[in-house]
Amino acid sequence: MAEKHVVAKVADFADTDRKLVEVKGRPIVIFKLGEEWFGMLNRCPHQGGSLCAGHLISQVDSDRPGDYRLSRRGEILRCPWHGWEFDIRTGEACARPGKFRARPVGVSVLSADDTETVGDLELYDVSTEADLVVVEL
Amino acid sequence: MNVEARPNLSKVQEARVGIADCDVHPNPTSLEDEVFPFLEQKWRDHIETYGMPQRIGFAGGTQYPKGQPRASRRDSYPPEGGPPASSLSFFREQHLDPHHVDLAVMIPLRIGQALQNMDLAVALCAAINEWQQEFWTRKEPRIKGSIVMAYENASDCVAQIEKHAHKDDFVQISMLSRTPDPLGHRKYWPIYEAAAANGLPVGVHAFGYGGNPPTGGGYPSYYIEDMMAHAQSCQSLIVSMVYEGVFDRIPDMKLIIVEGGIAWLPSLAWRLDKIWEKNRMELSHVKRPPSEIIREHVWLTSQPIEEPDKRQQLVETIDWIGWENVLYASDYPHWDFDDPKRALPVQLTQEQRDGFFRNNAFKAYGLS
Ligand code: FES
Repeated sequence: MAEKHVVAKVADFADTDRKLVEVKGRPIVIFKLGEEWFGMLNRCPHQGGSLCAGHLISQVDSDRPGDYRLSRRGEILRCPWHGWEFDIRTGEACARPGKFRARPVGVSVLSADDTETVGDLELYDVSTEADLVVVEL
Repeated sequence: MNVEARPNLSKVQEARVGIADCDVHPNPTSLEDEVFPFLEQKWRDHIETYGMPQRIGFAGGTQYPKGQPRASRRDSYPPEGGPPASSLSFFREQHLDPHHVDLAVMIPLRIGQALQNMDLAVALCAAINEWQQEFWTRKEPRIKGSIVMAYENASDCVAQIEKHAHKDDFVQISMLSRTPDPLGHRKYWPIYEAAAANGLPVGVHAFGYGGNPPTGGGYPSYYIEDMMAHAQSCQSLIVSMVYEGVFDRIPDMKLIIVEGGIAWLPSLAWRLDKIWEKNRMELSHVKRPPSEIIREHVWLTSQPIEEPDKRQQLVETIDWIGWENVLYASDYPHWDFDDPKRALPVQLTQEQRDGFFRNNAFKAYGLS
């Protein structure tokens, strides 16, 4: 059963779109894209590169040489080592979907009032931190 | 020796005996600050006025811009600033320490070994050799240097070799694979003779500007084709050196091919043998089957290692090459870096693993 873990404050993301946290001893990278939240095990399935240092790029599609169409800006995570690309929503590798996959984890935001049931809240001062980022693992 | 072929972080962290990494690329923070002080003022003025023209039609920069900035891992920029691998402390923290590297062979690149102005190339290479000692090898005994030379000017190369070969700081001579003439050409032989006489291998790293297109068929469209072409240049230079008789004439010559891949070598050797047998008239100066010469004189570094879907096929390929002839290399900090924990994710015998990650390298460089 996945448990919920409070890992950060929403305010931590004021100046950044990502943060590396540890849950159950595992490194997890959290991304904030606009108002959406994504989480990924911080280990590339290829050789283990730290996905936290990757670039968020667009999906590129092409039907013939010279034809490049960009879509889904910022939703493709490119590994900082050898450049494998992963769909941030599913973890699927863009070059060989179905064969390789980064491991996504659920991320959500709770307001402090709703977090009574979450285990490790003592790390945060709930009365002053309104919104908290929660990972399910 | 305790390197895990299958990733297993806890065990790797316990390793007592470290690995040999035969290709790393420390950079100066800037040429001006770290390397130019070893150049005469006249050359600094010269560079400021005329630049450093390469043997290509494009001034500055590379022919094919790389897939990542500075061709580097995006996580390799030192926290204190400067280009990747320009900080010794971060180099230790990100690579040498966590990967238990006991021997890291540095190969300076992009320094103009084949600049059009040969005297400038000679002066710059001499400065880079001083820089390697001053900034790296004297500060960190795990790092060893490569004597770089303006290889189009063999007599100056011999002078550089004589000057540095006896020092603990250097373990090989460094050349690049894309030369103006095939590497078996006699103009390069004095370099090989001096290297062999001093007991050092010649490491030929992929890249360089020889003035020829990177492929036999001309200039390709994409960076990735340029990259694939390294295996072609490396094959051509081995063919040239074997058939021109370099190894017959210089029996102590040791050649290490760096960053050209490995899996092509068996088929190349098979073809060389077949053609050699049938063309004795042209090749009577080559006394033994080429495959035998290659096994005795040629080593390949592993990175960027081929990654067949059935990884165990790599074991078979290295059986054909010879387990003693392949050396682990990471290429840190470049973007096509191979992590030692993941470079060879196959079942290996202890002897194969020890050879690949350490012993073969010590033997090739003549270290104990
Ligand atoms: S480790 Fe991520 S692409 Fe290789």
